[in-house]
Amino acid sequence: MNQTTTGGSPAHTGSRGSRIVGLLAAGGAVALLVFALVLSPADRIQGEAVRLMYVHVPAAICMYLCVGLLGLGSALWLVKRTPGWDVLAAAAAEVGLVFTALTLLTGMLWGRPTWGVYWVWDARLTTTAMLAVLLAGYLALRRVPATAESRSRRAAVAGLLVVIDLPLIHYSVSWWRTLHQGETIATTDVKIDGLMLFSLVLGMAVGVLVTVWLLIHRFRVAWLEEEVEQGGLDLALAERRAEAEVGA
Amino acid sequence: MLGRFPALAGVDLDVEAGEVVLLRGPNGAGKTTLLRVCAGLLPVTSGTAEVLGVDLGQDRRAVRHRVGLVGHGGGLYDDLSVAENVTFWGRAAGATDADVAGALTRLGLDGRLRDLAVARLSAGQRRRTSIAAMVARRPELWLLDEPHASLDAEGRDLIDTLIRDSVAAGATVLMASHEDDRAVAVATRVVEVRGGTTVAPVDGAVPEAPRAG
Amino acid sequence: MLADARLIAGKDLRIERRARVATNQVAPFALLILVLFAFALDPDRGILDRATAGLYWVAVLLSTVLAVQRAYALESTDGLPDALRLSGLDPAAVFLGKTAALALQLLVLEALLLAGVVLLYTTELAGPALLAATCLAATLGLASAGSLYGVLAAGLRVRETLLPLLLLPVVAPVLIGATRAFEAALAGTPGEGWPWCGLLAIFAAIYVAFGMLAFGPLMEEL
Repeated sequence: MNQTTTGGSPAHTGSRGSRIVGLLAAGGAVALLVFALVLSPADRIQGEAVRLMYVHVPAAICMYLCVGLLGLGSALWLVKRTPGWDVLAAAAAEVGLVFTALTLLTGMLWGRPTWGVYWVWDARLTTTAMLAVLLAGYLALRRVPATAESRSRRAAVAGLLVVIDLPLIHYSVSWWRTLHQGETIATTDVKIDGLMLFSLVLGMAVGVLVTVWLLIHRFRVAWLEEEVEQGGLDLALAERRAEAEVGA
Repeated sequence: MLGRFPALAGVDLDVEAGEVVLLRGPNGAGKTTLLRVCAGLLPVTSGTAEVLGVDLGQDRRAVRHRVGLVGHGGGLYDDLSVAENVTFWGRAAGATDADVAGALTRLGLDGRLRDLAVARLSAGQRRRTSIAAMVARRPELWLLDEPHASLDAEGRDLIDTLIRDSVAAGATVLMASHEDDRAVAVATRVVEVRGGTTVAPVDGAVPEAPRAG
Repeated sequence: MLADARLIAGKDLRIERRARVATNQVAPFALLILVLFAFALDPDRGILDRATAGLYWVAVLLSTVLAVQRAYALESTDGLPDALRLSGLDPAAVFLGKTAALALQLLVLEALLLAGVVLLYTTELAGPALLAATCLAATLGLASAGSLYGVLAAGLRVRETLLPLLLLPVVAPVLIGATRAFEAALAGTPGEGWPWCGLLAIFAAIYVAFGMLAFGPLMEEL
């Protein structure tokens, strides 16, 4: 990890809090593996493939959680203009994209044995794919070189638009697909009870812990990046003043 | 701040109403940036700035419609004619048709040039059109960046007259130029700008009024 | 504020009348897309007939990207962003004006494309009320979302590649809704299409409202 020059800044992004979360997440993940792969029963219809549900559904939940944080960070930045909210939005978008990819991947892996194909145009998968594109666009926008203020402003509006548009996309896609659907069983049409339910809930808890852990670290890295940028700015300011004195 | 480059690093400037202040300095000194700060287009990152009674730190947008800025970019739509441009910008600011017509006449644009598309004008003619668009709006503060650039002798006379007339009518003028003699002649005061900072004014005392720091 | 919006819209339309970018470049592009689809999908196999509604709206969407690029490219040159900011115009009015001008150009384009599908795909138009209402609602949504992302991307050097990536996913609901409505109209069952038209109207309302609010901050970035 890097040592920063400004006094008082941490040498790495870990902390007691994040380590506790991390340990809980790791422990939970191990427990989840045990429950998901060994202890919980296979489904009558879908067989062993249903075990992907324990990753797929939590991943989807975490994906939506991140999107919510993206919207929250964007909106609060626009209201309060403190950089922390903008950094939260950026971190949430990145972590959210990771979970979106995971949701898509597990969805496709689950779909193969269940429907025989890797992709179907059902509401959930299609909306998730659209979300991946929306987040990719948002992150591309963030990468464009601009002043910090300018970038934050554009990103905040774009972030809010992602959140506003997502329900519109979801609604229109699912309405469209229910007109044509019927035969195919949705992957989540699984009778869940007892041990399966417990494993699923455990999966969600683990998912949230992992999300929080990732967000903490990503947030802190982004925060440090901003500090470095600010430090460079102070240096440039000092140089400019020196130039003035020499010229005078 | 322009990106990561601090264009201004400590400006100390007081301008009284009715003055014509010339900002003089080498390229890259920050003159254009200072003008844009005064127009409320750029944020003030440290210190205080007050223009026309408006605190730029609080709400710089409030001062915008009261100033006029003529800079390097023309602020003109290439596909529209001279008259259409001046009319558009005039009407946007609430000017009457009389104001617009008056501005066109004073800048000598109501003859052959009136209905010519801006894209087909020379640099000097475009500059005059930009100025006409500003004049039609009757701003209280004129911010002129290199006002004499690309104008011929007749154009420069015109600008000087306009400046004097507007000051007589109650406006204040802040201009940046490195075209020495011409600009100094019409100015009431000269301020040196160097390396993003104002150096001690070349002539004269420093009266009350707005401060940009 | 409406007067200001009309001023802006009038200015944009006047520029268009002079420069004729929409008529000389965007319209041919739209028709070209119809032709390309015919190449790709082989008119003899009946696919074109079944897919007409969708292909039509894809052509409209892609043309919208071009139209939006143009509308905001002409505002970002040469001192114009500063002039707009200094002008005293309410940003919401600028948004409405530009959206209106964009919408008008798109409507003309859509009419042209309708003629195109009738001619090239031998489509038989039916359900004119639904077709018209769909075009209106969809266009308003496209124009307002387009204006929003147009101004967002306008000040950036990479705007040509970024704008499609940002705008097209966002208007996916318009594509879905407009296509379903058109399909219903052309199939002679407009009853199924009107709800989709309602969805389009909601989309448009959301984006017009958001645009009026967000345009101000975004104009700082032009």
